[in-house]
Amino acid sequence: MFEEFYDVVVVGAGHAGCEAALACARLGLKTIVFTVSVNSIALMPCNPNIGGSSKGHLVRELDALGGEMGKNIDRTFIQSKMLNISKGPAVHSLRAQADKEEYTKNMRMVLENQENLDIKQAEVTEILSQDGKVTGVKIYTGTVYHAKCVILCTGTYLRARCLCGEAITYTGPNGLQAANSLTDSLLSLGIEMQRFKTGTPARMDARSIDFDKMEEQKGDDRIIPFSFSTDPESVQKEQVSCFLTYTNEKTHEIIRNNLDRSPIYAGIIEGTGPRYCPSIEDKVVKFSDKKRHQVFLEPEGLSTNEWYVAGMSSSLPEDVQIEMYRTVPGLENCKIVRNAYAIEYDCIKARQLKASLEFKNIEGLFSGGQFNGSSGYEEAAAQGLIAGINAAMKILEKDPFIIDRSEGYIGVLIDDLVTKDTLEPYRMMTSRAEYRLILRQDNADIRLREKGYFIGLISQKQYDLLKQKIASIEEEVKRLESTHIGASKENQIFLANHNSTELKTSTSLAELIRRPELNYEIIALIDKDRTELPDEVKEQVNINIKYAGYIKRQLHQVEQFKKLESKKLPNDFDYKLIKGLRLEAMQKLNSYRPSSIGQALRISGVSPADISVLLVYMEQMKNNHE
Amino acid sequence: MVSGDTIAAIATAMSQSGIGIVRVSGENAISIVNKIYRSKSGKKTLNHVESHTIHYGYIYDEDEMVDEVMVMVMKGPRSYTAEDTVEIDCHGGVLVVRRILETVIKNGARCAQPGEFTKRAFLNGRIDLSKAEAVIDIIHSKNEFALKNSVNQLKGSVYEKIKDIREKIIYEIAFIESALDDPEHISLDGYNDEIEEKIVDLQKETKKLYENAENGKMLKEGIKTVIVGKPNAGKSSLLNKLIGEERAIVTDIAGTTRDILEETIFLNGLGLNIIDTAGIRTTEDIVEKIGVEKAKKYANDADLIIYVVDALVPLDANDEDIIQMILDKNVIVLLNKTDMHPVITEESLKARLDKPVLSISAKENIGIDILEDTIKNMFFHGRINMNEEVFITNVRQKEAIGRADESLRMVLQSIRDGMPEDFYSIDLMSAYSSLGEVIGVEVGEDLVNKIFSDFCMGK
Repeated sequence: MFEEFYDVVVVGAGHAGCEAALACARLGLKTIVFTVSVNSIALMPCNPNIGGSSKGHLVRELDALGGEMGKNIDRTFIQSKMLNISKGPAVHSLRAQADKEEYTKNMRMVLENQENLDIKQAEVTEILSQDGKVTGVKIYTGTVYHAKCVILCTGTYLRARCLCGEAITYTGPNGLQAANSLTDSLLSLGIEMQRFKTGTPARMDARSIDFDKMEEQKGDDRIIPFSFSTDPESVQKEQVSCFLTYTNEKTHEIIRNNLDRSPIYAGIIEGTGPRYCPSIEDKVVKFSDKKRHQVFLEPEGLSTNEWYVAGMSSSLPEDVQIEMYRTVPGLENCKIVRNAYAIEYDCIKARQLKASLEFKNIEGLFSGGQFNGSSGYEEAAAQGLIAGINAAMKILEKDPFIIDRSEGYIGVLIDDLVTKDTLEPYRMMTSRAEYRLILRQDNADIRLREKGYFIGLISQKQYDLLKQKIASIEEEVKRLESTHIGASKENQIFLANHNSTELKTSTSLAELIRRPELNYEIIALIDKDRTELPDEVKEQVNINIKYAGYIKRQLHQVEQFKKLESKKLPNDFDYKLIKGLRLEAMQKLNSYRPSSIGQALRISGVSPADISVLLVYMEQMKNNHE
Repeated sequence: MVSGDTIAAIATAMSQSGIGIVRVSGENAISIVNKIYRSKSGKKTLNHVESHTIHYGYIYDEDEMVDEVMVMVMKGPRSYTAEDTVEIDCHGGVLVVRRILETVIKNGARCAQPGEFTKRAFLNGRIDLSKAEAVIDIIHSKNEFALKNSVNQLKGSVYEKIKDIREKIIYEIAFIESALDDPEHISLDGYNDEIEEKIVDLQKETKKLYENAENGKMLKEGIKTVIVGKPNAGKSSLLNKLIGEERAIVTDIAGTTRDILEETIFLNGLGLNIIDTAGIRTTEDIVEKIGVEKAKKYANDADLIIYVVDALVPLDANDEDIIQMILDKNVIVLLNKTDMHPVITEESLKARLDKPVLSISAKENIGIDILEDTIKNMFFHGRINMNEEVFITNVRQKEAIGRADESLRMVLQSIRDGMPEDFYSIDLMSAYSSLGEVIGVEVGEDLVNKIFSDFCMGK
């Protein structure tokens, strides 16, 4: 038997697999990543963009920690937009249209040029383990790859099947080969699996689209890069537009008349689909009072004629698809290059994982991405990075690296996955982050870059730059809080001009910034001692001062949260031994085995009273051991 | 839940007699009590007194004197919980003790969770470790009780109102959040103007709820008293007499069925929650049957049963039914219509049922005062017990409504300050969650579910 020896094996080279493999290799571990096709490395089989509300936050955080996604989209985007710009800074979110092919090619190049990293095109068929510890993988040829850690990032490939009306193919996305053997191996390891479903709309030939009948959607004038390491000047470039059109009654009628041929409504699909990106069939059925739905046409890249029809994913048969798309203004003569389809796949119940993304029952086995029941490129990449870092930490005999809910969207994402029963593919949403006023995309570097530095993925130089930035923010905030101006004539006129109440006594510049109608930029005129600072410093100064009251409240909540989070629970504890826990709580605790009191409290079915009982019991245990 | 913050509770049994003690424990215990304490000279401050000293003075709720008290200051770790602890000894009386607890809470303490003092004492090493099981039992049983009673204690109409307010709040949050998550499909343009009005209305409702809680209109607290008897025995006339003009009618209860009537009255500060039931008799009429079943159920849960017997009609099989049902309960038997020509006597009734029997005439207002005295005596001599957890639960609910109201006030402030939606939707969520505490439901996935069910997201 042929054998190879590695530190880390990564199964799958999608967005999770790429980040996992890069992190391990960059931390000096001998790493190999398997993919069913090297042409599908970092493939974007669905929407042609990166970021968006809350997903943009994930990319920023990933970048702060030393991940690759932000840099790669900065290299390959063709349009960029900051969403929610009229709202508070916490929900500003960056989204960029990608040139899909360039994105894939560039990421592949990064992987290929990464020291310590090998790429192998092969289907992994078996996970090898001994005494509850992973030992490696076997591929379809029978070759065994020994490894200290294995990271599963199989995306939507496990026992995948695609549905386009009555036509069913047993393939992964884009007709790629499915992975049909691995599920059995995972089941035999005692891993609990479930089946999810998602879908994608059709791709159309640009020559068949009448863009004149649609509204043009341009990118931002001033482009802001995703990565904190990208020079903003380097990304100012010509952008392409997207286009907006709408469905109508006619479209809806066709869909309604053909519902019996939809695999979902005919009951052929068994997997659970996500409610946040419903197929057009779902929209028409569930929101029957809506007369029209938005449809965005988005380019797939600069070197292709294919356009993505956002808002109209479907699993209706091909003939119905054509008929329905052609009712949409601008698509009357459309030709479909790739049909819309739904895809079903196996994934796990993520409560089997620790927050480090290691399996509770199988040492050294990690997982990330859609395999964990999430959806989205960004969610996948974020988990891949954390799984990769933690596999490395384990091999390097360091503590697990965990971001908690108060430190980042990544923490919210992973905590939700491992603490809640996900009944549908999990998507990040800003409402899921309870401390979102402090988890902004603009301060992701301040929140996380230092952590990336201590892990070893952020260079000394980048770290020094960050420290410098933080120092100048603090200094400027201090100056503004302590600089007072009086009711001079000039100041009063300035305030009157900005519809702001005149001064009665002297006040600090910071107080003025906090007035709704003023901000840091506006008061520059009456701030005589100001020295010019970089944009990203000014932004932080303004936010920190202006929203100080709200931020302080959230910091207080975080303090409470941290107290519970710091009370750790043992992994191997049998909750049946605690008299006084309610039955439901006992069962849930035994099934989830939370790592802290805080996590235990977030499990549905565990009440504050159960937590009190738990605390008392733990205290007794602790003292008995002493 | 989180140790370190300051908690308060009533430490003595709830009764009219003796003294009452309100206990406050935690980091700010002394400074919080100091805010509401006034010494006789008005000069003393508790912040600097020695540990384990007692101070005479008054408790004030803002400018209103609540009671004359003795305040005991014990600094940690030499206290029951090993934290700074203050005990306020006041003149007993259910209402006074409660008022002091509420004042303490208004000034920064939190209402203690069931068993929390004991838990803190334990966690801080003040209770022998071998007692852990006992501590767990206390927490467990007190919580079970609180859980069972919190919703039961709310009046039906209040429960419905809170559900309704929550439904409105979650809809607004879901709208805001879906627009933030999918700004290209759902727009918030102009929303700021329209939301202000809605929140003003909602806040009026929470404010009213809070005020109602303040004067006892919200909760069914008090001794659960059920009036039973055959049809036409005079139950309703009795109720009318009990709630007559000379008494404060607190409120009538919406949401009760047409055949069960419920009223709250106060006898010397003692709350009586009176339920008038349908007359009990064997019947084939379906509607009436339901009423009778309900009457039996209420009687079964009652703290006190007033059994009204029509003195003009001999006892029959229906009375026999009732007597069997109430044998092991706290019962006062009223022989009604004794001003006419009774065929039943007190003695004959006593022979059938070993309970106090009073002769009255509800219609002529004879014997009602004796009834009141009898009830009071039963309560003060411990024959009728009121569980103090019921009281505490109510204070907790009121506190939660207060927090919801405060959150909505902050929402309004943010809107008026021109803050974007994403700021105040957080406070809206707090209001939603606080109101959930009142009716005993957790937030869980409510928001995400609401977003997906009511708003069509894109992609």
